[in-house]
Amino acid sequence: CGRQPGSIVGVSNHIWQIKRQEIMKWNGWGYSDSRFFFNKKGQAEFTGRRYRLSGLIIPGLKDWFESTFGASLQHKTPATVSPILNSSAVQPPTLNEAFVEELKSTGIPLSHDAEDRVFRAHGHCLHEIFALREGKFGRVPDMVVWPNCHNDVVKIVELACKHNVCLIPYGGGTSVSSALECPPEETRSIVSLDTSQMNRILWIDEKNLTAHVEAGIVGQDLERLLNESGYCTGHEPDSMEFSSLGGWVATRASGMKKNVYGNIEDLVVHVKMVTPQGVIEKSCQGPRMSTGPDVHHFIMGSEGTLGVVTEVTMKIRPMPEYQKYGSVVFPNFEQGVACLREVARQRCAPASIRLMDNEQFKFGHALKPQVSSIFTSFLDGLKKFYITKFKGFDPNRLCVATLLFEGDREKVLQHEKQVYDIAAKFGGLAAGEDNGQRGYMLTFVIAYLRDLGMDYYVIGESFETSVPWDRVLDICRNVKARIIRECKDKGVQFSPLSTCRVTQTYDAGACVYFYFAFNYRGLSDPVHVYEQVEHAAREEILANGGSLSHHHGVGKLRKEWMRDTISKVGMGMLKSVKDYVDPNNIFGNRNLL
Amino acid sequence: SDSKYLDPMLKKRDDFEDILEERRNSSDLRYALRCYIPVLYKELTPCKASELKSMVLQSDQLRYVINQVCKETGMAADEVQAEAAAILEEMAHRLQLSTIRFFAFTLSKVFKTLFRSICVNEEGIQRLQQAIHEHPVVLLPSHRSYMDFLLMSYILYTYDLALPVIAAGMDFMAMKFVGEMLRMSGAFFIRRSFGGDKLYWAVFSEYVKTMLKNGFAPVEFFLEGTRSRTCKSLTPKLGLLNIVMDPFLKGEVFDVSLVPVSISYERILEEALYARELLGVPKPKESTSGLFKARKVLSEDYGSIHVYFGQPVSVRSLAQNRVDRCQFNLIPRHIPRKPGEDIHSFVNDSAYRLVRAQEENMVLKPWVLLASLLLQNHHQMQVAEQKQEMALDELTEQAVWLRDLSRQYGAFLHWPDHVSPSEAVSSSLSLHRGLVRISEGRVQLAFEQGEPCSTVTPEEELLNQAVIILSCASYRNQALHIFLRPALLASAIHTASSSNKQEVYNSFSFLRNMFSNEFILCPGATVQDFEEACYLLVKTGALQINQQEFVVTERGHRTLGFLTRMLDPFLQGYQVVCRFLCEDATEGLTEKQFVPAVRKFIIRHILTGRLRYTEVLSSDLQKNSLAALLRLGAVQKLKGYVGVCHPCTSVCFDWLRQKQAS
Repeated sequence: CGRQPGSIVGVSNHIWQIKRQEIMKWNGWGYSDSRFFFNKKGQAEFTGRRYRLSGLIIPGLKDWFESTFGASLQHKTPATVSPILNSSAVQPPTLNEAFVEELKSTGIPLSHDAEDRVFRAHGHCLHEIFALREGKFGRVPDMVVWPNCHNDVVKIVELACKHNVCLIPYGGGTSVSSALECPPEETRSIVSLDTSQMNRILWIDEKNLTAHVEAGIVGQDLERLLNESGYCTGHEPDSMEFSSLGGWVATRASGMKKNVYGNIEDLVVHVKMVTPQGVIEKSCQGPRMSTGPDVHHFIMGSEGTLGVVTEVTMKIRPMPEYQKYGSVVFPNFEQGVACLREVARQRCAPASIRLMDNEQFKFGHALKPQVSSIFTSFLDGLKKFYITKFKGFDPNRLCVATLLFEGDREKVLQHEKQVYDIAAKFGGLAAGEDNGQRGYMLTFVIAYLRDLGMDYYVIGESFETSVPWDRVLDICRNVKARIIRECKDKGVQFSPLSTCRVTQTYDAGACVYFYFAFNYRGLSDPVHVYEQVEHAAREEILANGGSLSHHHGVGKLRKEWMRDTISKVGMGMLKSVKDYVDPNNIFGNRNLL
Repeated sequence: SDSKYLDPMLKKRDDFEDILEERRNSSDLRYALRCYIPVLYKELTPCKASELKSMVLQSDQLRYVINQVCKETGMAADEVQAEAAAILEEMAHRLQLSTIRFFAFTLSKVFKTLFRSICVNEEGIQRLQQAIHEHPVVLLPSHRSYMDFLLMSYILYTYDLALPVIAAGMDFMAMKFVGEMLRMSGAFFIRRSFGGDKLYWAVFSEYVKTMLKNGFAPVEFFLEGTRSRTCKSLTPKLGLLNIVMDPFLKGEVFDVSLVPVSISYERILEEALYARELLGVPKPKESTSGLFKARKVLSEDYGSIHVYFGQPVSVRSLAQNRVDRCQFNLIPRHIPRKPGEDIHSFVNDSAYRLVRAQEENMVLKPWVLLASLLLQNHHQMQVAEQKQEMALDELTEQAVWLRDLSRQYGAFLHWPDHVSPSEAVSSSLSLHRGLVRISEGRVQLAFEQGEPCSTVTPEEELLNQAVIILSCASYRNQALHIFLRPALLASAIHTASSSNKQEVYNSFSFLRNMFSNEFILCPGATVQDFEEACYLLVKTGALQINQQEFVVTERGHRTLGFLTRMLDPFLQGYQVVCRFLCEDATEGLTEKQFVPAVRKFIIRHILTGRLRYTEVLSSDLQKNSLAALLRLGAVQKLKGYVGVCHPCTSVCFDWLRQKQAS
């Protein structure tokens, strides 16, 4: 690559080597060294040293787990294949020899090792992980390539077009929409294009507060590197430890702190994408343009069907001087939603504001690590007494909002007061920073918890939607009830966990996030049941005025509803773009359309 | 598997429990004052009736309409608001437990004197209790008597179930004291017609929805809209059903349970009143003193009542794959909109299904079969110019035959199997002494038989007889839903030009279409009904189908004869209405003038012997036939005037004329 070494601002962490599976689980979530397990005393522990929860004992988790799911530590379902991948179970690669030969001559690293291929054959949908744990592999990519820069990508795409090879871009691999699944009907050689080596910040422009970054960089590295220069993007999707900038652009990602920093579409100033027709990019970095439909919007949300995003210019902000977590307890979910609505109306939402329902509140509570001092536990008891006895909150109805404020100290404190004053009007009581911080921790460990559940007959998933304000309560109630009803109808023997939170606020509505999990003992095909219930839940979401997706994207999982979602003409528009940009379906992951 | 689906014999029904039995053995006062803790809706936030009102008045829906009315009329907002409040005041119930306790006490006394038993299916009660806990519930009782809704509340109180709020017609409110009592026992009052009154409709629908959504109480109303004077189920009214389904369709509740309730009276309190009303004695305005007078007159044996709480029907399941709920996504839900065609047909189909569910669980007493037989015999003898009576033995034999037939057709028949058929028949007859007379082992309808008196005109005598006939017909009508489909097929075979299956089907389809204002025939279910009818007649050995040809078997003639005769009065009735419209209707007949005019025409025809069915005098039949002719386009309505559509080219009309000629 013709890049001058001196101009590179930051290079990402060493961990994103070509062999990612050496530090990450290949059949579960996250780092290999971090996982939940029940120790000999039956207490839950979280291993490793990466998280606040790491090395701690979580005394309440076992009881919560057993009582919520009717699960038992006696009934285990460990992954059937040992952690070292059994490569003989993977189909041998279908290689396009001419393509491989020419590619080799470019010097771009490539591999057709089974481990490398399997690692990039999936995202993190339940059915994908479940199959891996059972040692089942469907169609996997035949080869993996690791371009190092934009020009490498240009070469790969040119060769793919020349030799009619199917390319599937791969960033962080955190997809939950079956977007990374190889279409089983694909007969061409499938090449996974792993962007992880394109992980540099190419320049920072402090005058315009922008940074030009290679699209393979993952969220945590981007923030860390920018922080070193005193900046941040503020874009923090729950998957930011592993998900990549290119993936955010390709799926229209949303970050936890979007109230201050905006979603990805607000953050992107300039995008470069390599397509079979060539490179698409704008000629300038004007902050807004009236030049016909914004071509960025063909790129954002294209889910890897049009090309590979290689470089992005993003807005950056000086790092906030002060951060403060907070939480508010409401007597019930209705009051909580009314409060969030009011906060949105007054446009005074903190960087993040989330409202968890009662079940999720209890879930969060069960994740409280062992407290070290008697004093803290005494204080906790006192708080609980105050809220349930003195204030008369019903422990089975109350719910909690978690808050995160950011900015300069004085403004944060002012802002905090404003929000707490609104909350008080809806019966909300401030419930401390600790509760707030723990609430956010839940989102980072939830995926690890799913792996724990899968060791004990419990499977689950999360899904999301966005909905107008007047529908929020109705959609939460109906979707949760639909999940419970469908589980019953489909023969699930135990009542499921069906819970939600309002996780983002907008002027005209909110983003709602559902967790759904159940104990599948007694079911012959749990994944099929799971999929039926999730399908029904999505239908319920749509029937209640919710969107097909707020930020997870469509992939292949939600394709069937696209036509109803964007109309026949809308589909035609997208198809015609695809037909022009990629007439031979080189980017053949078959997402979206 | 098809036959299993069709076979009505396989219908399973619950057992009954007599709730009066305990009343006869323990203190009514203690019963009225006992601890009452009903199971409530799980998501109920308790609120008082007064809070309910302010919720309605402050709702987005109502505020929107008030705004609209202001803009349209130029009235001030607070004026319209006050009007809305006044409407709500006039409408709202003031349900209070003390009134229910008062009724529990007095009704116990009344019921024990009037009725032998009040039988309730307790399994249905348990299902209802479960339903009330899970979802907002709508109770849909059949409507045959004023008793119905007091009886419903009485039963729910007895079983510790949540007391319903009941949509009642405004006419009740005219009874000063009783109106207020009913209001305090949960009735809310709606005007009979408020066609274009936007504000009224908004207050009304929001009031009902608010109560339903919050699970304040089960909402009860009568699908048929009014008491059926003929004991046939009436074509369902869709207004309230639309309202209670709306919260589900718009996602405001997860589901709504609709519970059809079938109330069957062995003897109906209003029996003679109804007959008179149908014959044109105007309906007496409900008045408190009238009700007391009625109560005095009615201090005799009215047999038993059976109340069957049907399987709760989930609106969610009804709407599954039927209604696209996304259609409400693009307009704020509080803006009132006329339901689209798909919603309308969904609600309509659901309404028919529910009325059919009511019909299916109606308990039939032996008398219902006897009345059918006696009426047929009466007319046969009349034609043969013989004495219109029947030997008791013969009646018993026929009744046993009909009992078995009706059971095969799936009737919910309560025939006392522990006594001999002749005992069962005589005890049934004795309960209806006002309608039948037995002397020297012969049975006949109880017409006044005083010496020919010069003061009674032939017309008056005819009307007196008609009261008896229509009363009997009202009992026969209770069994109509059992025999209706086979009877349509029997009549179709009788009238079709050949016994070819297609010909018969065409004829069946025509009859079914024509009678769809008269009987409960689900829209769009012609093929289903035809198949059901074929199945029943073939299964019972009355009919064979050989290579697309219908063949009536030897023993089938009796069945088909009975079935055809059952439908014949209706056929004749429709024909005579057609004849009236062709021959006698002067230009410019208003709808109001129609019934008196056609009645005069019919009386003339009966008295001159050109028409034998006295029951054609029923204004219900006359109105239904006019509605059918309007629907079929044989008649047109022009600015409130009814006129024959000239030239009479309509298929139906021609067919009716041909039938007449043959």
